[in-house]
Amino acid sequence: MNMRNIWFIMKRELSGYFATPVAYVFIIIFLLLTGFSTFFVGNFFERGEADLYPFFSVHPWIYILLIPAISMRLWSEERKNGSIELLMTLPVSVFEAVLGKFLAAWAFTGLALLLNFPLWITVNYLGTPDNGVIFAGFLGSLLMAGGFLAIGACISATTKNQVIAFVLSLIVSLIFVLSGYGIVLDFFSGWAPTTLIHAISSFSFLTHFDAISKGVIDIRDMLYFASVIMVWLFANAIVVNARKAD
Amino acid sequence: MTLRIEIEDLAKHFGAIKAVDGVSFSVRKGEVLGFLGPNGAGKSTTMKMITGFLAPTRGTVRVCGHDVLTDPISVKACLGYLPEGAPAYADMTPDGFLRFIADIRGLTGADKKRAVASAADRAQIKTVMFQPIETLSKGYKRRVGLAQAILHNPPVLILDEPTDGLDPNQKYEVRTLINEMAHDKAIIISTHILEEVHALCTRNVVIANGQIQFDGTPSQLEAMSDYHNAVCVSVANIDGNAFTAFLNGLDFIAKVETLSANRGFRIYPSNGRQITLELAQVIRGNGWEIDSLYAENGRLDEVFRTITMGATGSLRSSI
Repeated sequence: MNMRNIWFIMKRELSGYFATPVAYVFIIIFLLLTGFSTFFVGNFFERGEADLYPFFSVHPWIYILLIPAISMRLWSEERKNGSIELLMTLPVSVFEAVLGKFLAAWAFTGLALLLNFPLWITVNYLGTPDNGVIFAGFLGSLLMAGGFLAIGACISATTKNQVIAFVLSLIVSLIFVLSGYGIVLDFFSGWAPTTLIHAISSFSFLTHFDAISKGVIDIRDMLYFASVIMVWLFANAIVVNARKAD
Repeated sequence: MTLRIEIEDLAKHFGAIKAVDGVSFSVRKGEVLGFLGPNGAGKSTTMKMITGFLAPTRGTVRVCGHDVLTDPISVKACLGYLPEGAPAYADMTPDGFLRFIADIRGLTGADKKRAVASAADRAQIKTVMFQPIETLSKGYKRRVGLAQAILHNPPVLILDEPTDGLDPNQKYEVRTLINEMAHDKAIIISTHILEEVHALCTRNVVIANGQIQFDGTPSQLEAMSDYHNAVCVSVANIDGNAFTAFLNGLDFIAKVETLSANRGFRIYPSNGRQITLELAQVIRGNGWEIDSLYAENGRLDEVFRTITMGATGSLRSSI
């Protein structure tokens, strides 16, 4: 694998975000949503605790909505306007292209996440939070965003239509989150064997993200997200190879 | 290495449709191969397989000695490709786009700068280097695609309809550019503009229904025309019937056709040979005065139609 190629593809993709208003619109909406839900849904002040739990706990839901909006164009746009033929006849491998594009989207999401730093300053000004836990929260959120992006990137390669890519990614992301949610698990808990329930809930982003965002940096949760990303990116490369010329 | 592109028994089937079905040819350094054929004949599909974009159903492609199936990256590194429709990244400027291509092609520093400037200069896009590609006209977009293909000075160029959508001046410029590069490259150009056969190509492959129908030089292609070496002549103050009768008596003439107003005649040679000189001599020898006389090269559109409509079957000539 040629790291330079990955870097150049990532750079080109990232500059593409900022060539149009898409990047700015996305970042503003992301910040508005996180800010709004932290203070009004998560009751940041009323809780009276110096942490960012209300902030992080809404991330899965915000990502479900916003990440497909970033990932939908990754491959379907290339397929629609034919530039995929150009990209795939340059001396780069499919996996280099897949990684480069994914990393660009991930870096962009990371930037949007980072721009929430005023919240971190606020909570440090108001009290004395455990900054290690907050760091873990950012790390977990970034890993989870990578998981959503990998799902969206793979789905984006299956269609030339960005709207279809958006809707499908949203639904698959929702499944990956809901499988750890109380209501879904309650539905199974009456009759299904506990191993199955554990299996379902262990597949959920929520289960693993919750642990990390509470400050428990367990290598297994990290590995979970890393493997979700790798599996979906691998599938992404297969889909690109199979569908690029359609 | 003189053989730059070697294609053997190449085929691509989409389900029951045989888009390309057993195509074999090779291209040497210094050759400009004109790939002709009607729309849907399999030209683009063949080019996509040569460039490694499409995996063939059967057969092999070697570019600069590298097999496209086992070593696609080496193949892609040594060729420049202008895909059909010249796709590019619409939101980038030509400058940014060409620098991205240069990066991927492994050019750095001064080499990169020089390559981008030279490609922009040769494709004549210097005036639009900092406008988003999506705002450019069709002709400029095509030339941005061309600049991208020649940027790294590749030994092999594959150009899918490089002059499509260009005005006559731009076509001329692009042909000049291709002719300038031809001596040290192996070039494949697909086109259905027949005037390009002579303007550009040293050799032609005509493909129809996924199979090669002709492989030879432009002159060989023209020689297949009924009009090849036919002579059009007009003679002052002539009795048409007497003149026709006289010509029909000559053994190097196959047929005489009367053109408009009894003043002009088209004379077809027997065995397709050149008869201009002989004909002029016998006409003058009889005391007739020639107003005008010229030989036809052959009509490519007629040959093209005959070959691709499948009426004559395979007309593959020896090279």
